[in-house]
Amino acid sequence: MSVCISRSEVTGEREDSVECLAELDRRIVLATQAGLPLVSRPYDELAGRLGVPSEQLQRRLRVMLADGRIRRIAAVPNHYRLGYVANGMSVWDIDDLCIDALGERVGALDFVSHCYRRPRHRPDWPYNFFAMVHGHGRDEVYAKVARIAELLGDACRGHDVLFSTRILKKTGMRLRPD
Amino acid sequence: MTRLDKTDRAIVNRLQQGLPVCDEPYQAVADELGISEKTLLKRIERLLEDRLLTRFGPLFDAERLGGALSLCAMKIPLDEFDRVSEQVNAFEQVAHNYEREHLLNMWFVLATGSVEEKNDVMREIEAVTGHRVFDMPKEKEYYVGLHLAV
Repeated sequence: MSVCISRSEVTGEREDSVECLAELDRRIVLATQAGLPLVSRPYDELAGRLGVPSEQLQRRLRVMLADGRIRRIAAVPNHYRLGYVANGMSVWDIDDLCIDALGERVGALDFVSHCYRRPRHRPDWPYNFFAMVHGHGRDEVYAKVARIAELLGDACRGHDVLFSTRILKKTGMRLRPD
Repeated sequence: MTRLDKTDRAIVNRLQQGLPVCDEPYQAVADELGISEKTLLKRIERLLEDRLLTRFGPLFDAERLGGALSLCAMKIPLDEFDRVSEQVNAFEQVAHNYEREHLLNMWFVLATGSVEEKNDVMREIEAVTGHRVFDMPKEKEYYVGLHLAV
């Protein structure tokens, strides 16, 4: 990485070009997509692997957290093994004029994990709003879906809940190191 | 369901919210939970080994990283389901794939480097399987943040 680091003649401070930062960020993604090291000073360890100072690595992580490229540095629970065996994708046909305002309100419900606006494909698919709801059983999911229906009121023209019956593949996201 | 003790539960609940960026982040979380850093690290290791946690680390927003993600759905007759499932799963861009109870019964996520690649893969899947792929990209995200209280 030495070509990337130059000293400003004026200030003497290290200046990293935009390209170099983008390359460093990419290497950070590759180095952490399998997970964060489980050691006392995980960022020092990562920085060591990448050959950059720990402060710089921590700064880049903060930037990526702030701009949303990293949502959180956190644990992803295995909902099946934690007892949340019912995984319901609730789908809704909502008036386009109020979907954004209502979407924000549904997203704020503590039991909704993911919530998006997506295109309809009529006639097969009239729904334009998706909210994932997890529960310990289908009854719990239906009870939560009823609360969403209540919140949506007349703006909702129809809905359905699609339960997953089988995981056919689950590999997670992988950025290819090319 | 695997049994978790009180400490495990506190750890799983706390770690879903996020680890700070500082020199000793595990120590900071351990202090909050009133346990030692060593205990916290050992428990996280065990929760990962037992697959109660699927992952621990930065959670990336693939689209903000420059990739394209799309949810796709297909309507597959039951007698063709296993064949099509195999054909779809063979594409490395298919990140996960679920069978769901609906006429549209196969739902998968395509993770690609660009929108062009996404469209190419969708067309290839249609060609190989002989069935239409319904493209359901997100137009707007209202919330993403799985938090399961345990």
